[in-house]
Amino acid sequence: MMFDRPDTLNGSATVSDRGLSRRHFLQAGAAAGGGLLLGLHLPFAVPDARAASHKFAPNAFIRIDTEGKIILTMPYVEMGQGTYTSVPMLIAEELEVELSQVQLEHAPPDESRYGNPALGGLQATGGSTTIRAAWGPMRQAGAAARTMLIAAAAKRWGVDPLSCRAERGEVIDAATDRRATYGDLAADAALLSVPNDVKLKRREDFKLIGTPAKRLDTPAKVNGTAVFGIDVRLPDIKIATLAQSPVFGGKLKTLDDTAAKAVKGVRQIVKLDDAVAVVADHMGAAKKGLAALVIEWDDGPNAKLSTADILSQLEEATRSAGPVAKNVGDVDKAIEGAATKVEATYHVPFLAHATMEPMNCTVHVREDGCDIWVGTQIIARAQAVAAKVSGLPLEKVNVYNHLIGGGFGRRLEVDGVARAVEIAKQVKSPVKVVWTREEDIQHDMYRPFFFDRMSAGLDKDGMPVAWNHRFAGSSILKRWAPPLFANGLDPETVDGAVEPPYAFPNMRVEYLNVEPPGIPTAFWRSVGPSHNIFVVETFMDELAHAAKKDPVEYRLALLDEQPRAKAVVALAAEKAGWGSPLAQGMGRGISVQTVFGSYMAQVAEVEVAKDGTVKVHRVVCAVDCGIAINPDTIQAQVQSAVNFGITAALYGEVTLKDGRVEQSNFDTYQLMRMNEVPTIEVHIVQSGESPGGMGEPGTSAIVPAVGNAIFAATGKRLRKMPVDTSMLKAG
Amino acid sequence: MATTIKINGVDRSVDVDDDTPLLWVLRDVLEMSGTKFGCGQALCGACTVHVDGVATRSCVTTIDSLGSSEVTTIEAIGQTPAGAKIQKAWLDLEVVQCGYCQSGQIMSASALIAENPNPTDQDIDDAMSGNICRCGTYIRIREAIKLAARSLNQGG
Ligand code: FES
Ligand code: FES
Repeated sequence: MMFDRPDTLNGSATVSDRGLSRRHFLQAGAAAGGGLLLGLHLPFAVPDARAASHKFAPNAFIRIDTEGKIILTMPYVEMGQGTYTSVPMLIAEELEVELSQVQLEHAPPDESRYGNPALGGLQATGGSTTIRAAWGPMRQAGAAARTMLIAAAAKRWGVDPLSCRAERGEVIDAATDRRATYGDLAADAALLSVPNDVKLKRREDFKLIGTPAKRLDTPAKVNGTAVFGIDVRLPDIKIATLAQSPVFGGKLKTLDDTAAKAVKGVRQIVKLDDAVAVVADHMGAAKKGLAALVIEWDDGPNAKLSTADILSQLEEATRSAGPVAKNVGDVDKAIEGAATKVEATYHVPFLAHATMEPMNCTVHVREDGCDIWVGTQIIARAQAVAAKVSGLPLEKVNVYNHLIGGGFGRRLEVDGVARAVEIAKQVKSPVKVVWTREEDIQHDMYRPFFFDRMSAGLDKDGMPVAWNHRFAGSSILKRWAPPLFANGLDPETVDGAVEPPYAFPNMRVEYLNVEPPGIPTAFWRSVGPSHNIFVVETFMDELAHAAKKDPVEYRLALLDEQPRAKAVVALAAEKAGWGSPLAQGMGRGISVQTVFGSYMAQVAEVEVAKDGTVKVHRVVCAVDCGIAINPDTIQAQVQSAVNFGITAALYGEVTLKDGRVEQSNFDTYQLMRMNEVPTIEVHIVQSGESPGGMGEPGTSAIVPAVGNAIFAATGKRLRKMPVDTSMLKAG
Repeated sequence: MATTIKINGVDRSVDVDDDTPLLWVLRDVLEMSGTKFGCGQALCGACTVHVDGVATRSCVTTIDSLGSSEVTTIEAIGQTPAGAKIQKAWLDLEVVQCGYCQSGQIMSASALIAENPNPTDQDIDDAMSGNICRCGTYIRIREAIKLAARSLNQGG
């Protein structure tokens, strides 16, 4: 592959962008097969010691071939969030080409090249990081290429580059109207060194950024031709499905597979320590075979575990002080001297990802190598785990990445790849391992359960003088990226708790890392804020109530130092008609947050029926996410994230009984449907700031907005999720 | 014993158990992977196909129940007037996110407008509530159904 030879690149330069503190590097050279190749390195948002000591290694590439095609190789995957459109927009904007001229290629696994800087160098897509990481360097690369193409044309014509301009894939000499296409100029441009100083376009000159652009990945998704991981076809492929120990940590005790083997189309039964797989010609036979197995499990140490045990374990933990994630002033003294003291406890449940595409992975293990076909958010880890489980060297493992039928954090884990390789080691042909929906939900890695203890002191006017937030639960980073877990704290778990937008003169956040046994946890859409924003914004509502103040007014009074947050609260309230009368049984609730680099406020309008059922009728969202690169995608992402959050607020709960997950399919793990969807209005604040993430904020913001609206409608405060309708019954 | 089923106008003979759900025959035997697996229990609609024009969950439709019925899948729905309009509206309004549920959504929606040229919101709720979209694209699905219905009525 041509970009495997960065040493053939010549020149290097430092460019800078106002507002970005770190230096970005670019290299240019001739592309194999002709044309111009630019390699760029994305900056590290999380400090990474390796970055400083290593010499420049580009991790994204732009190739302009002799036909003028622009090919981008980048380390991010498309999961429905529009990345395959918004990142090319950045390059197209600076290169002065149409969006449709930029083509994408999947990046192969290579941690050292394609690692996502915002995730500490891991090759991953998640945490709404893509646009934030790509914003500076991608535009700079586009601008550098444009500058070099202009220089190449100017040299050829013997004119001053300043008299030339780039337009729609051509360089034009204004004086003589001479033109040359990028394809024609690419080879010449490759001989030039990268300019030391490139000029980025001014915001007012943007033609693409900020305009609604059509998604590039869509046409194949409406006619059945898009290929997700689960759609892989290979000669002689077998289909397998599996039963894993229903209790985490349990083992297979006895197996009678006589009846299963007799099922037409069943080829093989694979026994593992803690799972059984049925390998067949098609999934119908595999499922029939699975149902015919007689399995006895040894449930192991977690045989008796229940959610109630975990709740009391976490509640107990919060009775003692924990490592301090944030401390301002003297909270204890301020609470002591406060006119009013407010206290409350909250908890949030385990949640499954329930991506529409069930977990699956196709593997072919041979003596000399291993091939993996999968849709993953973290391709390098998929490769590494396959090497480990197969016992083959890393370079013998090929991973072919695919479209992802929903990520939401689930496909940042490689447990499924490991499992599929374990099975495939015993199968001669390529085997596609497909989880049934029941297995997918019962062997997910879940959004952690958290228990929170809140206390605050208010002055005589009801304004907060002290805020204490102490909570206990699992840390994902501790397992997922151990170096980022330090002194008992990790930045993801406390995200949304440590930086409330409000001016609290005294505040403390304590996090107690408790890992409940028998249930694995993982990132889930909006991660730390999915829990913290619910607690912070519900408790804020409780404080406003204690102070006998309007929840919007109360928040606005505390946001003078955060003008962007204040503006979104004011805008959401205004657009929602905050304060205007509502019918009996209805209420409005507000929330605001500053996470993922975006400022967002939401107003939810809900109706609570006599039997306690809750319907969300309308959601008004105001967002300041910096420069809105593709407003159409932002609107879509907010709608998506809000629906995801309402699903969690109304239904989301994974519970354990006798160590087993009690939910199994969409009847017991309900997801929102068409007839339940509210109107969702998205108001985007015009902004010149760097872009913030948009895939996740909508999810964390809606949960407290719904809870606060229920309080407004009924006077009943919900301190745990999901909504308990029995508590809301009239009478 | 082989069973013959009619898929997108073509007779296909498959040698699997009679009670095998159509979904697996499409995906794994006939290698038509546009029809998706989501739940296997008629709970999500990802596997929706048309059987004689009626939106049907292929994950619970055994092949021996099909007889001489005509099965239409996402691969061929664009050849029907309603299907073509729905696909176009889906693109015009940028409905799709991850895309995994969309084959099923499009099959349910095209059956709806082929049958009912002026669907109300209630009609849309009734026809579409069996189709889950985890990406929450419902608002745009609703708008796109209305757009497609309008354009189908105008014959344009
Ligand atoms: S797979 Fe058939 S309805 Fe879900
Ligand atoms: S678009 Fe992803 S599930 Fe519907």
